[in-house]
Amino acid sequence: MDLSELLAIAEHENAMRRPICIRCCTALGCQSAGALSVKQRLEEAVAEVDRTDIEVLGVGCMGLCGHGPLVRVDPVGILYEHVRAADAPSIIAALDGGEATAPQGDLQHPFFTLQKRIVLENSGIIDPERIESYIAAGGYQALYHVLHEMTPAEVIDVVTRSGLRGRGGAGYPTGLKWATVAKSHGDRKYVVCNADEGDPGAFMDRSIIESDPHKVLEGMAIAAYAVGADQGYVYVRAEYPLAIQRLQRAIAQARRFGLLGAQIFDAGFTFRIDIRVGAGAFVCGEETALMASIEGRRGTPRPRPPYPAESGLWGRPTLVNNVETFANIPPIIRNGAEWFASIGAETSKGTKVFALTGKIRHTGLIEVPMGVTLRQIVEDMGGGVPEGRVKAVQTGGPSGGCIPAALLDTPVDYESLQRVGSIMGSGGMVVMDDSTNMVDVARFYMEFCKDESCGKCIPCRAGTAQMLHMLDLIRSGQATAADLARLEQLCMMVKETSLCGLGQSAPNPVLSTMKYFREEYEALVRG
Amino acid sequence: MERLRLATIWLGGCSGCHMSFLDLDEWLFELAQHIDLVYSPLADVKEYPEHVDVALVEGAVANEDNLHLIRQVRERTRLLVAFGDCAVTGNVTALRNPLGAPEALLHTIYVERAEIAGRMPHAPGIVPRLLDKVYPVHKIVPVDVYLPGCPPPAPRIRALLEQIIAGGDIRLTGRDMIKFG
Amino acid sequence: MAARTFTINDQLISAREGETILQAAREHGIFIPTLCYLDGVSAVGACRLCLVEIEGSRMLRPACVTPVVEEMVVRTDTERLREYRRMIIELLFAERNHICAVCVANGHCELQDLAIAVGMDHVRFDYAFPRCDVDISHPLFGIDHNRCVLCTRCVRVCDEVEGVHTWDVAGRGADARVITDMRQPWGEARTCTSCGKCVLACPTGAIFRRGATVGEMERDRNKIAYIVAAREQRW
Ligand SMILES: Cc1cc2nc3c(=O)[nH]c(=O)nc-3n(C[C@H](O)[C@H](O)[C@H](O)COP(=O)(O)O)c2cc1C
Ligand code: SF4
Ligand code: SF4
Ligand code: SF4
Ligand code: SF4
Ligand code: FES
Ligand code: FES
Repeated sequence: MDLSELLAIAEHENAMRRPICIRCCTALGCQSAGALSVKQRLEEAVAEVDRTDIEVLGVGCMGLCGHGPLVRVDPVGILYEHVRAADAPSIIAALDGGEATAPQGDLQHPFFTLQKRIVLENSGIIDPERIESYIAAGGYQALYHVLHEMTPAEVIDVVTRSGLRGRGGAGYPTGLKWATVAKSHGDRKYVVCNADEGDPGAFMDRSIIESDPHKVLEGMAIAAYAVGADQGYVYVRAEYPLAIQRLQRAIAQARRFGLLGAQIFDAGFTFRIDIRVGAGAFVCGEETALMASIEGRRGTPRPRPPYPAESGLWGRPTLVNNVETFANIPPIIRNGAEWFASIGAETSKGTKVFALTGKIRHTGLIEVPMGVTLRQIVEDMGGGVPEGRVKAVQTGGPSGGCIPAALLDTPVDYESLQRVGSIMGSGGMVVMDDSTNMVDVARFYMEFCKDESCGKCIPCRAGTAQMLHMLDLIRSGQATAADLARLEQLCMMVKETSLCGLGQSAPNPVLSTMKYFREEYEALVRG
Repeated sequence: MERLRLATIWLGGCSGCHMSFLDLDEWLFELAQHIDLVYSPLADVKEYPEHVDVALVEGAVANEDNLHLIRQVRERTRLLVAFGDCAVTGNVTALRNPLGAPEALLHTIYVERAEIAGRMPHAPGIVPRLLDKVYPVHKIVPVDVYLPGCPPPAPRIRALLEQIIAGGDIRLTGRDMIKFG
Repeated sequence: MAARTFTINDQLISAREGETILQAAREHGIFIPTLCYLDGVSAVGACRLCLVEIEGSRMLRPACVTPVVEEMVVRTDTERLREYRRMIIELLFAERNHICAVCVANGHCELQDLAIAVGMDHVRFDYAFPRCDVDISHPLFGIDHNRCVLCTRCVRVCDEVEGVHTWDVAGRGADARVITDMRQPWGEARTCTSCGKCVLACPTGAIFRRGATVGEMERDRNKIAYIVAAREQRW
């Protein structure tokens, strides 16, 4: 494979496009609402009217998952929501002035217009099951460019200057991590893509893989070149069968096209990717536990340092990045560090994908530039809560906190969210209305952490169980003010002494709700 | 100096702590110069009196009588000492807790495993009802001093009582004073 | 070997390069509580009792796995650390069923010693009173999960010193249990050589010699380090 072949594939693919394209979301959300039969009926309906100027394309997630199955007709730009298979003929008929029986969505709604799509640029546009579709969208050109025109140091420099920070939760500067792995000595190095995604309610990474798997693979390959690795792993949870299937297909296709494997683009660069399927433990998303799991051991974290960048898989330097982090790489290479750094906020560049859920009109997946406020996301894009008022927004899942409505003008960036007692996290965002009891919310997350604690260190193992018990005492009216103080003390202890991020952040939902909604706790205690 | 009004209480325990108390032997005579024993299984007093200075509470809170008495003790006592492991942790008395509800347990013991004609103990007003679980004393009422040990050895009891008689802050540390078991 | 100098609790200490804070502290007679650490097997930094404060570091660091760095300023006994350690010990007592009075290890138990060291006169948390098994299927030894603190010393000594990996951990969080082989009864675990090293390694009354009665489980834990040293130096 060389550049001219790559461009030829793109050209051929584009030439095959028909004037009218009906895109049918076949990502998991819409699939579970019946998207596959919708797509089939659409194809049949096109065949029935014998129109060769129309094509039906299975594509990835369009974002408004709560209104699925979604069907989009281009170039007219009409979005149909809650489409049933029976609606298919009328959608085709509507091309000639008929009336479609499916409700129309509003593509000019802020839900769409306030988005800035970098990671999701191809989601809902290309066919994730065909590599040609990705190549036609410019795919793998960044990898070619890197391998032929840049040194590894130059690649790292671009990533560093872009200001990209890890999207897996902690926001560690990606360029810095790559540089550390590149500097570390080892007879072999590894690149690992963390697609464990265990936060309840989060589905950003799953959606990225289901909608645009090659982008992640390309990002990993670029990273491997930059740090000097020849083997990659994608660690996905078994609960994501569609993502795994699309990844497998994508890896096989890329290998067949010579875009993975030995001598990629004849540039003397070899990189293979294998999938490792995890059993769905939240803690296996923690990088050291993840690596233990890949090595075939029990997935429990170990103390850091040493960091994976120095001593990772089988003791060798290992780069661990999140799915979304890797998906940012090809656009950064394509458009340059300055372009990326011009998007977003001062210390948080680029965009962030959020899974917007909870008591809100428009749920789904959105990609917004860093620095937009929570209010814009919740009220404008999400359309506010259906009944009552917004009470709080939870970000960061079980590791994050609840931000009260009064702080909705907080901009979405790593530091601002931390200042108000939450975290960016991997991108879960749950909106709560005033019917929500915040002690119940804290309990929900604590139960999750207790169930997911690996049990290795005492503060987290026994502490989460004890915190959950104390929350239950509070909820059942059996706790005293002294118990409340003890709970707070226990939270601090677990936070400061736990071995890994799970325990260190498990108290956050309690601490943040205690900070902003203390009266709800106090109303429940006696004496 | 005014004499201390001392009480000793026997809740759900084996009386071992009281035996250990008696092991103070001749020091008991010295103690007697500082205290009046106003309530104790060792003395024949039916009603827990008012204005008790110090109460040594042996045993865990296991049944309704225990519950009633410990609340009374707390109300009428200045310094409540959880006396021995059963009072401090539940200990042997709480061995039944992991086994579930008391009714099922009683049934197993008195009916299923009975050698001859088993039947459930039932004597209202005489045999108090068991609580759902056995509780350490501090789970039911505030405790001022904890004296672990099963039983607390006599020298340990003496060291505590000496601190109490001397007045001032009570500090129990080290193997001699706070080792369990 | 290069020397490192640093301070622990304002005391100037010299240590060899690569030594951990715990090793250096012990050599100088400074007590840092430990539970999962055992001389002779790898350190896992799991129990968190040895956490110390290091000037300039926001995080508390486990002394058993943190190497000494030149001019490091370490504190082992601050108010915060004392309180946290006591809470950790209390959590352990509340988590399983520790009834010292009827325990084989009474008087020879590291957990009991730690409780004394941290000044635990009672447990402020509610006891969980879980239902735990006792396995006495092995002809010589037994395991009482009521007393297990999940330090994994048995797991490591069996794997790293005896080399047979009979023990491992199964389950998560509060449900985690040490298991023998594929969760068979110990007596049916084919890999066990009955060497007794796990019995030596266990800090509590969890693993015991059968027939031992209350307070009888004394053990010489230095033997593990002795065996390892003997092997490595080929005496
Ligand atoms: C309990 C726990 C769970 C985690 N789960 C994930 C996860 O599902 N996906 C992920 O990318 N990172 C997860 N992380 C963060 C990873 O440890 C690691 O920091 C991240 O993958 C690094 O990638 P990044 O630099 O691109 O963010 C988790 C961390 C903890 C402590
Ligand atoms: S903090 Fe929790 S999940 Fe992390 S190592 Fe400790 S027990 Fe395991
Ligand atoms: S293991 Fe130690 S602390 Fe637990 S009951 Fe036995 S002696 Fe007491
Ligand atoms: S007796 Fe020896 S071989 Fe058997 S489990 Fe214990 S350490 Fe392993
Ligand atoms: S059995 Fe003993 S050595 Fe093994 S984990 Fe439990 S307490 Fe530790
Ligand atoms: S899954 Fe179809 S729009 Fe998200
Ligand atoms: S001894 Fe260091 S963490 Fe257990």
